[in-house]
Amino acid sequence: MERNIVLITLFAALIAVLGLVPKITLATGVPITAQSMGIMLCGTVLGAKRGFQAVLLFVFLTAVGLPLLAGGRGGLGIFASPSMGFVIGFPIAAYAIGWVMEKTKTMAILPSAVIAAAIGGILVLYIPGILGMAVMLDKTVIGAATLMTPFLPGDVIKVVLTAVITAGIYKARPHMVLSRT
Amino acid sequence: MLALSTPFATVFHPIPAGAKLLALLLCSTMLFLVTSLSLHILFLIGTALLYVSQGTAFLWFGVRLLKPLWIFIALIALWHVFTADIPQGLIILIRMITAVSLANLVTCTTPTDALIDTVMRLFSPLKRFGVKPKRIGLMIALFLRFTPVLIQKSAHLQDAFRARSAKKSTWKTVLPLAVIALDDAEHVAEALRARGGIDGT
Repeated sequence: MERNIVLITLFAALIAVLGLVPKITLATGVPITAQSMGIMLCGTVLGAKRGFQAVLLFVFLTAVGLPLLAGGRGGLGIFASPSMGFVIGFPIAAYAIGWVMEKTKTMAILPSAVIAAAIGGILVLYIPGILGMAVMLDKTVIGAATLMTPFLPGDVIKVVLTAVITAGIYKARPHMVLSRT
Repeated sequence: MLALSTPFATVFHPIPAGAKLLALLLCSTMLFLVTSLSLHILFLIGTALLYVSQGTAFLWFGVRLLKPLWIFIALIALWHVFTADIPQGLIILIRMITAVSLANLVTCTTPTDALIDTVMRLFSPLKRFGVKPKRIGLMIALFLRFTPVLIQKSAHLQDAFRARSAKKSTWKTVLPLAVIALDDAEHVAEALRARGGIDGT
């Protein structure tokens, strides 16, 4: 009981810290940050329910004013900005990732985490993300999806890195990967 | 700690958090119902006046908070120059700046703990569904305590990486950082159990 609650909290803190890791700029000129890797790790390591709770805690605390979203964003303004759909989608994505992880327990951890992170971190996350952009920027859904394409290569890289890191965590601390126990 | 607060004392600080949240909700809704460019310009001026009323230094503070929006401003400007629909582009840009500025104004003039209290009160009907406010309070306290700790440990990892490699560290320190978080969680959980557990006194 204590362990799960502390794990949820520390993974929420981990998302915040990963938002501060120096960002790399892709060939397309789009900066990518490690923060969404934190969201995906919550799902792959903590599983559906606890991963969801960790990300929800993080989103809640940014919304009430801690500037912990990548780029130093925070406060209620995030729900008025075009990335609002992504912020709302973060906990849902973590849940989806954890769910897929739990359903693919019999698979080796690396492919299982790649599939889970790709489904949750791209497919599931982009739906509210693109809808949010379409609403906030008065674009059609197709138009908003077009605006998202420069970010896709970075997100694919992050899916693969998340899976590699998840496999590393599983090797180092197998009993703490709740999505596998 | 890390709060998005302001060094300025403003007349907005003493207003109860709940009232500010309600006003923000109403203003944001109105912004999305209005479709006239001149009205949107008026709203933006009104918002700027709210900031200026507390001194020009406070206005610049508010402007600096908008910095993360630049990428969207650039994208929207490009899009509307291409589609030659400049007035619509202006409405979207102005509305975005007004909405975010108003929300920032509420956030930076309300102490974080007052906002947390207010939001927790709004959620208190959820007690019936097994949400335990005391537990959430503990999680918030732990989060506030451990985020700076993890930031520091992450900086140590990056220093160690730099000492051994000419390359930039970026993602390579994420795995050890995650393992550190897991180990810390184990220790903190043990310490909590030793002191009577989460639901103890």
